[in-house]
Amino acid sequence: MSKQLSAMSWRKGNGVAGRPWNGAKREYDLFKELTVGVIVVSLLVVAVSAIFSSPDDKSVTLKSWANSQPNDFVVTTNAELGHTSDSAGYGPPYNSTTDASQTIGALDLQSLAGVKIPIDSAKDFVIGPLSTLPNTPAAVSTWKAASSAQQTAWTDAYGKALDTAKGDPAAVASGNYGPVPAITGELLTMAKQGSLDSVLNAGGSFYNFNYTRSMLFLGDSAYFTDLATSLHLTGDQWGMINGIGYYPGQSWLWMFSLFYQIEPFKSLPNADLVIILIVAALTMVLMIVPLIPGLRDLPRLIPIHRLIWKDYYKRR
Amino acid sequence: MTHIVQQPTSESTDSPDRGPDEEFYTWTGKARRWMLKTLPPDKLLPETQPSYVASWIYVFGMGAIASLVVLIVSGVVLGLNGPSWWHLSSFGHFINSTHLWSAEFFFLFMVVHLWGKFWMASWRGGRLLTWITGVVAFAASIGAAFTGYLVQTNFESEWISYQAKDVVNATGIGAWFNLANVGQMFMWHIVLLPLAVAAIVALHVLLVRVHGVVAPIDAADTDTQLRDAVIPELHDKADK
Repeated sequence: MSKQLSAMSWRKGNGVAGRPWNGAKREYDLFKELTVGVIVVSLLVVAVSAIFSSPDDKSVTLKSWANSQPNDFVVTTNAELGHTSDSAGYGPPYNSTTDASQTIGALDLQSLAGVKIPIDSAKDFVIGPLSTLPNTPAAVSTWKAASSAQQTAWTDAYGKALDTAKGDPAAVASGNYGPVPAITGELLTMAKQGSLDSVLNAGGSFYNFNYTRSMLFLGDSAYFTDLATSLHLTGDQWGMINGIGYYPGQSWLWMFSLFYQIEPFKSLPNADLVIILIVAALTMVLMIVPLIPGLRDLPRLIPIHRLIWKDYYKRR
Repeated sequence: MTHIVQQPTSESTDSPDRGPDEEFYTWTGKARRWMLKTLPPDKLLPETQPSYVASWIYVFGMGAIASLVVLIVSGVVLGLNGPSWWHLSSFGHFINSTHLWSAEFFFLFMVVHLWGKFWMASWRGGRLLTWITGVVAFAASIGAAFTGYLVQTNFESEWISYQAKDVVNATGIGAWFNLANVGQMFMWHIVLLPLAVAAIVALHVLLVRVHGVVAPIDAADTDTQLRDAVIPELHDKADK
């Protein structure tokens, strides 16, 4: 004797759901429905687009940053030079900073992937671009000739002095900063003129499609984050589902975004890894709902189907 | 070894009416036999549907497909004109708006369709793969939309690529899927992911046609709409 299948089972079985329908039928025109659907949706989309348009806030550049907040630019450049910025200590795939990757126990996917997009913040963001100038500043040679310990001592001292001066290079007290003030000043000039953008991205070649360096450098600044915060785009502001202004963003990511608003998730040092794995697991559960007794029985227990097939049940 | 086959006569063989016992020698012939058996033309393009296919919930699946059509057409216009066009032309900006709003409608319709199908338990009667392809289509669409936000080449795309890199890097994927590499993201957004979504949606629709639209929960042979039409053999089979 065969086992009785649950009415909610995905298996074909011998029930009404598992065999061709042999009852009453209604006329149906697939192509007509598709045509009407495309026309209606097109009209709807055109109308909504004409009324609401779409947001397009101009991209920011290293040039716009340097010109609007030069002090922040200098503070960030000093951090890049001293390898104390977020990018400098990010870990894979940009560099191999120890214990920087997000892990769960022994699971360290970030390190497993390795350093595939190598970034040395001092070399790639500061010294490299300055070396492309027709007359490379003498400060660059002084920097290159110094030991690593000496370089760190200079940037540490200059960073502390900038803190004391509330980020204003002009108000920094005199001290032993080596070539650092000259280097940050030269890079600021280069950025203000606009040449740093192209040098950083294209790296001397004509074409460019990759903005990793500019994106990381900008991301280390207070300027970039402050702009995003003012537009309600940061992670803790539901930024994942917000668009610019009142426009809808990726609202379908609401659950993903939710975890970044609630404890304990939002404060975890490995929040990104934990949350993406939870969301992936929930997506997997949704995919296999038909295989999970209890979950697959919900549609029968909560009779929304009675509303959906109201006419059918009325005429049973 | 090569088979020598007789030339078909005027009454035989290349018609879909060729009997199921007909011998097929080639992979092509066997594939055609399987396709015609699995999804004959009247099942692929039916002119009738079961009487219970009469609810507003059925509109949303077709609405999602119609939105996908508008989404693809507007995306093709944007793609043909290049990534910066819409910043410079008012018509381009309008096309970008239609691309944004058709994406919003696509997801709205798809989500209502998905929830509707959940409460209808639409996986019943051998429709597991139909359900799974629907969820996969939803997930692939999220990826396609995400890469779309990355290739806007404005402040929003700058910020999203910076902010979201932490998630893809934490999973190790960021080493190969670099959100700040706009050339790479363009390839994903205008070629790979649209193809993936279109292919999965096509498979999903074909599976719906193969299995038919699922019957109401607890529908029984004693129901008015079935009672007079059920084939007796099915009763016999069900009793075994």
